[in-house]
Amino acid sequence: MRRIRAFEDAAEIASQGGVAAWGLAAASKPARVRGPLHLSTGQEAVAAGVCQNLVRADLLTSTHRGHGHTLAKGADSTRMMCELFGRANGYNHGKGGSMHIADFSVGMLGANGVVAAGIPIATGAAHALKLRGLPNIVACFFGDGAANRGPFLEGLNWAQVYKLPVLFVCEDNRISATTPTGPMTAGEGVSARAQALAIPSEKVDGNDVEAVDAVAGRLAAEVRAGGGPRFIHALTYRFKGHVSVDPGTYRDAAEVAAALKADPLIVARAKLLGRGAAQESIDAIDREALAEIDAALAVADAAPWPKVEDAYTDILNTGAGVWR
Amino acid sequence: MSTQQLTYAQAACLALQEAMRADPTVVALGEDLGRGGVFGQYRGLPQEFGPERIIDTPISEANIMGAAVGMALAGLRPVVEMRVIDFALCAMDEIVNQAAKNRYMFGGQGRVPLVARMPIGIWSASAAQHSQSLEAWFAHMPGLVVVTPATPADNYGLLKSALASGDPVIYMEHKELWGATGAVEPGAVVPLGRANLLTQGGDLTIVTWSRGVSLALEAAAALAAGGIAAEVLDLRTLWPWDQEAVYASAAKTGRVLVVHEAVQVAGFGAEIAASVAEHVGCKVKRLGAPRIPVGYAQVLEDESRLSAAKIEAAARSLLK
Repeated sequence: MRRIRAFEDAAEIASQGGVAAWGLAAASKPARVRGPLHLSTGQEAVAAGVCQNLVRADLLTSTHRGHGHTLAKGADSTRMMCELFGRANGYNHGKGGSMHIADFSVGMLGANGVVAAGIPIATGAAHALKLRGLPNIVACFFGDGAANRGPFLEGLNWAQVYKLPVLFVCEDNRISATTPTGPMTAGEGVSARAQALAIPSEKVDGNDVEAVDAVAGRLAAEVRAGGGPRFIHALTYRFKGHVSVDPGTYRDAAEVAAALKADPLIVARAKLLGRGAAQESIDAIDREALAEIDAALAVADAAPWPKVEDAYTDILNTGAGVWR
Repeated sequence: MSTQQLTYAQAACLALQEAMRADPTVVALGEDLGRGGVFGQYRGLPQEFGPERIIDTPISEANIMGAAVGMALAGLRPVVEMRVIDFALCAMDEIVNQAAKNRYMFGGQGRVPLVARMPIGIWSASAAQHSQSLEAWFAHMPGLVVVTPATPADNYGLLKSALASGDPVIYMEHKELWGATGAVEPGAVVPLGRANLLTQGGDLTIVTWSRGVSLALEAAAALAAGGIAAEVLDLRTLWPWDQEAVYASAAKTGRVLVVHEAVQVAGFGAEIAASVAEHVGCKVKRLGAPRIPVGYAQVLEDESRLSAAKIEAAARSLLK
């Protein structure tokens, strides 16, 4: 959790002026992180609590807000930061950036620029794991907004029909870009939709990493045992705007203030201190995380850019970009 | 194995059967596959390979295509059946944003070796939502291979290449060719990106594909009877397309007519005509459908159809 927060905070600073949005012009000097940057600040406990229950060979699909999932699945923060900086030694060699952050080597099959698009991909990956007789599962993260897109229904139905090893995780931060999700969602919400397909679903405080870990542990074990898909509805809050240059002023100030008090890091720290953990040992975790991300920034700053000819690689074996 | 007389559907079935026998990671998924597919193009495969590898799916085009991307990333080589291309429109995000982009946008970390079968063309009296030829949409899209077989031999040989390609292939059979018969030589793989020169002549070149091929050959025969020698070039694949073969023929004849069943406006014929004009500088002409939806009544449907007579007339006007 602390590593995710440090990563997001550093990326946020590096992205200021990176894109023209919300009435703000892009900076005249290009930001180090260019383009839209979707931060998961405040939602760290969901990523950490769920991924705690995955092994390396398990797979994961993510959303446009995917840094936390990627780090929690075991990716290297330096190669991630290099990708955000658009450098050649980033995970995607500068071809994807933040919105397509991925580390296939740890089973993280990619953030996705399209809401709900990871859901069908997760079901297919799980289908393959099942057909190949592998013991692994797929964690499929998506937001509350995804529940209003067609692939949500298609994917959940598919996973249940074929009894696939998918752990669906709805990271409910209450807002779809800049629009509150509640008034845009009919019925009783995402859990009810999962239950309508007879997928067992549990609601959890997504800012309490222990609670997320407990639910994810139980449900992941059921999925792993061949019980078919399970669904976690994790209630959390997006501290930042839709993208990093969005001040998010369309939200009620009191709501934001209340949410900041329920910061998953504050919650976790209080719990640890309450159980007698030493302040110093918690501070040491903070310092380590900050030092790790500082080092990642330094590497990313010095890393080489992709070459122009790289624009023509990794497209197709046959007829990529230019003819033959 | 010796040469067999097969239908276009049987030829594809044979190619898939051979691939599934050789490679346990090849699976097929789509609506109605458990009964051999709506056009019979999977007949016999459910019995041989079972429901785990010939996968019956819900009517969920988006998830069929998206799941195929996930399957490919997790070690399978899926063949996706979209039934008709018109239904593939329900899966456009999964094709365009996911399958086509995956390899590039994740820096080559993963590959998406899938073959998406989406039959094109007018299928008699099926009207506007079951009759489209949308090959140009996919030829426009980086990250996709586009294949349009015209004969049983090519449907066998090109499907073999598509299954081996390792990238997403949009494989467009033509709905009215399923029953066409022809000689198929097992093992005869047809490479991607190589056109097939079907007739030789010095007066003009007719570039076409899919359903246009047999009609162009009929037109060429009629033209030959009048002393006009046309080269008919079956493009076979639209991406990559065989520029070498097209330019060589264009340089020889000095006149290129591009023929397709798809709507002419912004069709793939425009790309070929423009490329020929830029690289060879000879006369070009296009023949495609008018920009109208395909109608139901025969008289309306015929307005969108190609015919040998229309091709012959277009060829004659190019020679004027």
